[in-house]
Amino acid sequence: MSNATPILSLKNVSKNFAGYQALDDVSLDIYPGQVLCLLGDNGAGKSTLIKVLSGFHEPTSGVVEVNGTPTVFKSPKDASNEGIATVHQFGGTFPLMSIGRSFFVGSEPTKGFGPFKWFDKKFANETAVREMQALGITRVTDGDRLIGGLSGGERQACAIARAVHFGANVLILDEPTAALGVKEAAHVLRIIMQARNKGVAVVLVTHNVSHALTVGDHFAVLIRGQKADDFAKGERTREQITDLMAGGEAMEELVSELNSLTGTINVIN
Amino acid sequence: MSQSTKKVFSFGSLVRRPEFGALIGALAVYIFFAIAGGAQFTELGGWASWLNVAAELGIIALPVSMVMIAGDLDLSVGSVLASSSMVFAITSGFYHLPTIVGILLALAFGTGVGLLNGFIVTKTNLPSFVVTLATMFAISGITLGFTRLITGSTSVAVTADEPFHSMFGILLGGKFEVAIVWWIIVALVVSLILYKSIWGNWIYAIGGDVVSARATGIPVSKVRIALFAGSGFGAALVAVIQTCLYNSAQVANGQSFVFNSIIAVVVGGVLLTGGYGSTIGVILGTITFGVVNQGIYYTGWDADWAALILGILLLIAVLTNNTFRRLALSGGKKEKK
Repeated sequence: MSNATPILSLKNVSKNFAGYQALDDVSLDIYPGQVLCLLGDNGAGKSTLIKVLSGFHEPTSGVVEVNGTPTVFKSPKDASNEGIATVHQFGGTFPLMSIGRSFFVGSEPTKGFGPFKWFDKKFANETAVREMQALGITRVTDGDRLIGGLSGGERQACAIARAVHFGANVLILDEPTAALGVKEAAHVLRIIMQARNKGVAVVLVTHNVSHALTVGDHFAVLIRGQKADDFAKGERTREQITDLMAGGEAMEELVSELNSLTGTINVIN
Repeated sequence: MSQSTKKVFSFGSLVRRPEFGALIGALAVYIFFAIAGGAQFTELGGWASWLNVAAELGIIALPVSMVMIAGDLDLSVGSVLASSSMVFAITSGFYHLPTIVGILLALAFGTGVGLLNGFIVTKTNLPSFVVTLATMFAISGITLGFTRLITGSTSVAVTADEPFHSMFGILLGGKFEVAIVWWIIVALVVSLILYKSIWGNWIYAIGGDVVSARATGIPVSKVRIALFAGSGFGAALVAVIQTCLYNSAQVANGQSFVFNSIIAVVVGGVLLTGGYGSTIGVILGTITFGVVNQGIYYTGWDADWAALILGILLLIAVLTNNTFRRLALSGGKKEKK
């Protein structure tokens, strides 16, 4: 599988913000039909990395390649034209718009001809509801409902359904499960697998190791802007990943320091 | 699927509409003044008095509501009204140019100030509150200065030729201002834009989250500039109507429209921070304003109390609209699982 051409890859990408090195010589390959989990603590550079991938930032040095061709994204629009879609933590961003309307913001379907092109609300509502039901959100039956009336998981599903509907081949999910309960998170993970099985390349940003291990095919760990590790499914244990994310030895030190303060952690364990 | 798309009327979905609070408010004040104001208020003359006020306000409030749904404010409409009516009166009254020239210049002037507002707001990223506050003062200063310089007076007489006098400044049936017809036309145009055109979707998206709206490729700046031009045009249209009706223009005309339009729009259920609201709601909010504003004269009480009622109404409206919006957001909870 890794012999195929990656749909999107970073080659030695660095990003500098006024003297602060947010990304340092990071290389990554993203393949269709695979879930790449991007792991790392807060401030490790995950956000900067996905902003480079989705066209919000241009790298200071290094190359972004789409299907093996070096490409420069001048704006998020360039990236979305290449089929790269980003879904943020809270999914739908227009809570007071109806499901049908927000599903098609910026790409409204029209009917009629010439100067009488009107917004096709019926088509918008039906399509949005159908796409969401296809992802297992069966509670949503009315496209006139407001996005804000959906649960967190349903909003994620709506945003993912939207991206897939508009032909995304790369789906970047920024902490999709962070604000969700256990049951909802499981549903979102199931939707991620559905997208993957359709051949979409998924980049899943998370700091929940369990969620990552459940759906990930490939993993990359970022520490202070550098790629600390890069491995396929089954090559590391959960403990190794957790240690790495927390900074390995730093975690050991913290544990012993806490032990000396409380003296109870090991007793309980 | 056929079942899922079928529309079923239910009280629940009515309550969740943005104009429900406004409907209750309009009915409540009408019933109140129908009782307190007596038979005269509910007769044709009574209807004409509040419809005339509502029509003039509505022609401005409707385009202003679009500006507010997109998350901006326009405080300059009062000054634009005064200056546009002065442009008309000086052109056609003082210099005796044809009425059509004066009207077109007035409408172009109002639209131009709107474009300028939109241009400054989108280029500088300053809050529209500050920008339009600044143009409100600047334009009223320019109006006073130029009017006195040119005519030596603060009031200029003008008599509109036919057919323009009939188009803008007559009373239908001796009571109803022709402005009511213009109000209906403006309401239809605004409804078409908000609900039937793709621009409507863009306006709601911009008001909901301007950053996300821009990321989806919506021409955010163009839309906002166009909306300011629309509210400028609305103010200029009322300027033309008032000038034709009263055969004169005053430099201090129209400042009351600034806050009255915001009251009508907010009572009508539009969210002050943008992203939510409906045309029917704004029409009902405008009617509420007209009824309170005129109903007080039929009660025999001192008219000074009208402002107090409007103030209390505004507060109640914002509180109830918040409640109804929460209801709208909770839509569908009852069917859960």
